[in-house]
Amino acid sequence: MNEVLADYLRGIAATNDWMVILPEILLAVLALGLLLVELFVTSNKKMVPRVSMLGQGVILIVMLMGGCCGLAPVGQSNFGGLIMANEWTYSMRLFFGVSALLVTYLGTVFFAKQLLARAEFYHLVLLVAASLMLLVQSSNFVMLFIALETATVAFYVLVAYRRNSALSLEAGIKYLLLGALSSSILLFGIVLLYGVAGNPALSGSTSDALNFSELAGFITSNPENPLVLTGALLVIAGICFKIGAVPFQIWVPDVYQGAPTPVTAYLSVASKAAGFIVLLNLLHGPFLALQGFLIPIVSVIAGLSILYGNLAAIVQVNLKRMLGLSGIAHAGYLLMGVVAAYSVDWATQAILFYLVAYLLASFVVFIVMSLSVSGDDAEATLEDYRDFARQQPFLGGALTVGLGSLAGIPPLGGFIAKLFLFIAVFQAGLYSLLAVAIIGVVISIYYYFGWMRVAYFSTSANDETDSFPAPVDIKARSVLLILLGATVILGVFPAAIGIF
Amino acid sequence: MTPIFDSFAFYLLAAILVPLVSGVVLLFGASLSSKARGLIALFGFALPCFVSLLLAFNFDGGNAGGYNFELKLPTGLESVGIYLHLGLNGISLPLFLLAGIVGLATGLYAIYSKAERAHLYLALLLLMQGGLMGTFASVDVFFFYFFHEFALIPTFIMILLWGGSDRRSAVMEMTIYLTLGAMLSLLGLIALYVTSGAESFSLPALRDYLAAQPLSETLQSNIFGLLLFGFGILVSLFPFHSWAPKGYAVAPTGAAMLHAGVLKKFGLYGLLQIAAPLLPAGLTHWFPWIAWLALGNILIIGMVTIAQRNLKLMLGYSSVMHMGYAFLGIAAFSVVGVGGALLMMVAHGLSVALLFMLSTCIHHRTLTFDLRTMGGLAKKTPVLCAFFVAATMASIGLPGFGNFWGEFTIFVALAETEATRWLLIPAAFGILISAIYGLRAVANIFFGSPRPEFAARLEDPSVQDLQGFEKRPALVLLAALLAIGIWPRLVSDRADAELSLLYPVAETIPQFESSTAVPAIETKEDAH
Repeated sequence: MNEVLADYLRGIAATNDWMVILPEILLAVLALGLLLVELFVTSNKKMVPRVSMLGQGVILIVMLMGGCCGLAPVGQSNFGGLIMANEWTYSMRLFFGVSALLVTYLGTVFFAKQLLARAEFYHLVLLVAASLMLLVQSSNFVMLFIALETATVAFYVLVAYRRNSALSLEAGIKYLLLGALSSSILLFGIVLLYGVAGNPALSGSTSDALNFSELAGFITSNPENPLVLTGALLVIAGICFKIGAVPFQIWVPDVYQGAPTPVTAYLSVASKAAGFIVLLNLLHGPFLALQGFLIPIVSVIAGLSILYGNLAAIVQVNLKRMLGLSGIAHAGYLLMGVVAAYSVDWATQAILFYLVAYLLASFVVFIVMSLSVSGDDAEATLEDYRDFARQQPFLGGALTVGLGSLAGIPPLGGFIAKLFLFIAVFQAGLYSLLAVAIIGVVISIYYYFGWMRVAYFSTSANDETDSFPAPVDIKARSVLLILLGATVILGVFPAAIGIF
Repeated sequence: MTPIFDSFAFYLLAAILVPLVSGVVLLFGASLSSKARGLIALFGFALPCFVSLLLAFNFDGGNAGGYNFELKLPTGLESVGIYLHLGLNGISLPLFLLAGIVGLATGLYAIYSKAERAHLYLALLLLMQGGLMGTFASVDVFFFYFFHEFALIPTFIMILLWGGSDRRSAVMEMTIYLTLGAMLSLLGLIALYVTSGAESFSLPALRDYLAAQPLSETLQSNIFGLLLFGFGILVSLFPFHSWAPKGYAVAPTGAAMLHAGVLKKFGLYGLLQIAAPLLPAGLTHWFPWIAWLALGNILIIGMVTIAQRNLKLMLGYSSVMHMGYAFLGIAAFSVVGVGGALLMMVAHGLSVALLFMLSTCIHHRTLTFDLRTMGGLAKKTPVLCAFFVAATMASIGLPGFGNFWGEFTIFVALAETEATRWLLIPAAFGILISAIYGLRAVANIFFGSPRPEFAARLEDPSVQDLQGFEKRPALVLLAALLAIGIWPRLVSDRADAELSLLYPVAETIPQFESSTAVPAIETKEDAH
């Protein structure tokens, strides 16, 4: 027995399998450590987020250094094919790391106004980040499902975190029910694919059908099989639930509104981005042979998402719901890129760039929201921002830049992102989809600028009631300045992040 | 790639960067004294104007097909073919000059503005000015678009912050229309980029590629359609004009001067510089559309202008109307027509900026924009009256002002070919229409006997003639208008060579453009 164990350990020591997921391991360890900190350091409530942010900073640095000396060699599969790095996994892992750090910061702002247990929140944020990192690297359906479920289960808790608020609990229930439904649909699809690919009567059948490359081989030789098509469709539907694409978007406004703002930001940025990367991995991996079947379906989903998201957002006065609905539209733009990636090889870079620009702009908006509204921001409406820019010039400016970038206005990152995406879509020849996207962008101007308009519109001179809390502290200022600076740099010098 | 760096290119870059930097300084300059603020702003506006004049006098018009004062810097987007490529050619120089002069006038007027949060007001104007200079100095189509959008955003914010009473709906309408126009033209530019196969956003590269392998006729007309309506919306082509009068009516003076005077010319410039030369078959295909819609601008909007009772709305509509002539000039598709359109754009930009400024001066004295209630202002303010009459005459197209040459040349171009000759008759009606509303506005404001309540207002000691700070910008604009009116070759000489390279010379008219009567096809082959 001892020898078996020793052999196993020697085997692991000989490869650097575990090193490949070092950031994920560190995040999980940090997450556990936070619980210990909470247990032993009871005097200082700020200790947990401080340790968390410091730890995450170290992990990000480790990742950056690891990236320089080859932590993640592209195309190498590890853990018996469970995990495989490709061109975009490294950037995406950094992406999730940065998101988690920003969500942790948003958490500190959030908990300053709420009397709730804290350590669990920070703990779960790290677990989500770790599982999303694993998710984008997974090259096996078991890995994919487990990583996805880990993140989703953590999100169930996070969405319902404000247990003293009916809205948050309602959001939690809705997310739980629809999330469970989508997971089961996804699982059903996986099982169908596994079952049909294991049928020895079919050519190319494989006993390891959960592995992406094995499955790809099977699907290539049976692209017309109805069970394969059904399975793939169910898997895609399950993922579309996560990214909130039409017709699987129904949970989005309620959950975005009810969830605490940091969680809303996390859902709309990290969780959604992970969905896209999974979709890219699947469509250009195992489902590559199903192009002819999937392209029209994904295109229709993209077009509908753009139109639905934008049209539904223009009538919203509740800001978190509006951001959720506009997020559906952004999902539509990105899905366009996913389709374009079939024929234009740099479309994936355009998607990555878009995600980064979206991350920066979304966090700017969410941070401004958290800082500006006193009390419950689930109910924050446009009216709450009347005369905002005059009373809080800095936050007003930040809001303008954030919304401008989301709307895609130069010289901000969001513009370049949309430009690249549109060029890719044009090169792929998806003209009608592009027309829909252009219409969508024009519609989106209405609600993004509508918000700005309210913020800049002074009602009357005697309305001096200071409805916004005290001036912004230095920490918030510097976080915002970094995000704003990055947004502008992306717009003026897009090569800065090395995606292009 | 080795960066290209012409010796004058430094000035070109400075003309873009200085206003931007001064704008950013003022953005954080809430604590500066108003004098320091004024000086910084003045520097930010005066330098581009100085540079534009300097470059205009050092411009080598013979270098057709190429660019003067070139500057090409990498942006890290080489893989997509995007460089920060600046330079001026015969078509962009006049507009660059226009941006410089109108910018200076705007600055001279705006530094005395009494707006709340004046530092922000000046800062936004300066950012806009930087964007404007960049738009017309860009060789790279990407940056051409980029700078335009960059200059648009401050306009919206300024209208929101300092606009007139109906600004909420006006700014939204303007924003949505302009975004639609911008998105359509962006789509057209992307289409051009992808289908040309040039893998570059550089205009000369696109030109070379398309000259070597012209696109199919269908493709040309499709892309031209996108650009026509995209740019057209930005220039308030009928029936997509409704944003313009409303927007200008509520815009603060500085924003209205820069937008109506300069930024709006972006769309026409795009058609002149990019769409028509690169996609000639597209222009032929869309010719009837352009002609009829331009007539809509001239006749229908002309009638609408006559019906206006609000001075600012009237100016807004008249500026929409005059755009029709520029579209007709482009539709003529000849050196003369396009040259006329170019002259028209410059002259119109100067005169409309002057008119918007003077209308604010009138408003400060009369406290109203309602033409019906005014009257007899000339007795109290003879100088203001003289300026306003001069600006109105210019916009009607009286000889002696630049607008006359623009309109006249466009008419000549229309007369040149059989296909466009019929347009002369309706277009000539337009002159009549603009005379009617222009002269009536002058009569209503300055002459006649004032109504009793208005007469009481005129007795107020605060109603004085034009002050020094109002005279200076007005003089700058009027001097430029007269200079072009008396010596149009200031513009046309520099544009000739470039235009005759890009556009066919129809049946040349001896007195005009005789020096350029070289068949365009031959020159094109020589160039490659």
